[in-house]
Amino acid sequence: MAEAALQRSGDGAARLALEIRGLQAWYNESHILHGVDLDVREGEVVTLLGRNGAGKTTTLKAIMGIVGKRSGSVAFNGRELINLPIERIARLGVALCPEERAIFASLTVKENLFLPPAVAKTGAMSVDRIYALFPNLRERLSSGGGKLSGGEQQMLAIARILRTGARFLMLDEPTEGLAPVIIQQIGRTIAELKREGFTILLVEQNFRFASTLADRFFVMEHGRIVDAFASVELEGRMGFLHETLGV
Amino acid sequence: MTLFGHAISMPALYGQLLIGLINGSFYALLSLGLAVIFGMLQIVNFAHGAFYMMGAFAAYFLLTLTGLDYWFALILSPLIIGAIGAVVERLFLKRLAGFDPLYSLLLTFGLALVFQGLFQNYFGASGMPYSIPKQLAGAWNLGFMFLPVYRGWVIVASVVVCLGTWLVIEKTKLGAYLRAATENPTMVRAFGVNVPRMVTLTYGFGVALAAFAGVLAAPIAQVRPGMGADIIAVVFAVVVIGGMGSILGSIVTGFVLGVVEGLTKVFYPEASNTVVFVIMAIVLLVRPAGLFGRA
Repeated sequence: MAEAALQRSGDGAARLALEIRGLQAWYNESHILHGVDLDVREGEVVTLLGRNGAGKTTTLKAIMGIVGKRSGSVAFNGRELINLPIERIARLGVALCPEERAIFASLTVKENLFLPPAVAKTGAMSVDRIYALFPNLRERLSSGGGKLSGGEQQMLAIARILRTGARFLMLDEPTEGLAPVIIQQIGRTIAELKREGFTILLVEQNFRFASTLADRFFVMEHGRIVDAFASVELEGRMGFLHETLGV
Repeated sequence: MTLFGHAISMPALYGQLLIGLINGSFYALLSLGLAVIFGMLQIVNFAHGAFYMMGAFAAYFLLTLTGLDYWFALILSPLIIGAIGAVVERLFLKRLAGFDPLYSLLLTFGLALVFQGLFQNYFGASGMPYSIPKQLAGAWNLGFMFLPVYRGWVIVASVVVCLGTWLVIEKTKLGAYLRAATENPTMVRAFGVNVPRMVTLTYGFGVALAAFAGVLAAPIAQVRPGMGADIIAVVFAVVVIGGMGSILGSIVTGFVLGVVEGLTKVFYPEASNTVVFVIMAIVLLVRPAGLFGRA
């Protein structure tokens, strides 16, 4: 396919979905990101590691435009996002599943699921597929969004961004506070999304969980990327990671 | 029948019940608009009474300047005044988002004074006549009382518009956006919805509801600059009693308090002007979030 060929660069690496250069971000007066450089190739799962407060969540929010102020460059499929408002960025196919899950309590599960408008004509997951991935949701469609368990909330938060056609997913700590059996289910889901060609930027404290899914890792400290490596290099980095992350 | 030493006549009772329902129709429409605006913008819209007054004036101008009658005014006046509201949101209120709510309160209060002052300057304090549309003239004999057709129409129109608004907010996709954006506007934007535009349209819609009430009031009350200021104090009490931001609460409380006020005129006329505020004080003591509000 000519299109696929165009997407490959000379060294055989996949096209960049996301390319971040010198990203700085502020909340009010606090300067959180001090020049983040990061890239995600199409179809990749990239995991951001780092201690609490290193700037992982802020990086995701800054990509989405949800920070007080940001500078530098965030290119998505070659399109510069740094001056776009949040809703325009979302319309380009960038989706965020936030750490707090942000399920709307005044909406039913069904309303939550169908709330995000379609952002692309193709690439959306069918509702049947979503129910197959998350059978619990189908049974709870008429429940209030506030009545769900933590695991159900997480599934709903992931499910509702799969319906829109967004192909670039940012998942912020999807396993936080969940039971092991639910974590496994979420892990299987992410693996399946990867097989289907979704590009995923994952923030995860659960290092073991991330290590089974990610193609590459970026390590953050004090609002900067301090290391980047592929999953095959993981073994050799364990000492460094233990030191930096305390894992 | 006697109560508190007053002889109660049944026609008086029915008459005041009707007046109560009519007042309640206006309270409900106005407090609904306030609740919609408060839910989305977290703004207490003190200019609401002024927009109600301007809605009535718009009907008056449409008739006298362009010859468009009541039925056109019922549609056009809310559209015109709602558009003015949307401009006010874009020009002024938008800039105050994120600041202490006191600023927007002061701004809308100031706007109300400016609007009312301007109309008073050009039209004086006394009213302009606006006649009842001929299709709604006359009265029905209900057997136990005469019901002026126009008054019946006001109640029906208010109930329909209030319930329609409630249905749209609670049962439709558009309403789901509104409810979600009320809860977490940033997240709704992160789904690709233009929330700033939604906020502008919501304010415009709340203002349009006030203008609609103003057109309904034009043939009953005279069209005068002070008409909004007169009713709005009671409406704010209604909103406090119902609970800020509760859609259904604002509708129900509006009608109920209108009727309570009417009944008080029958049973204890001395308290009829204060009963709503007494209830407000009690509700604030017992349930500060309001009867339908979430604490």
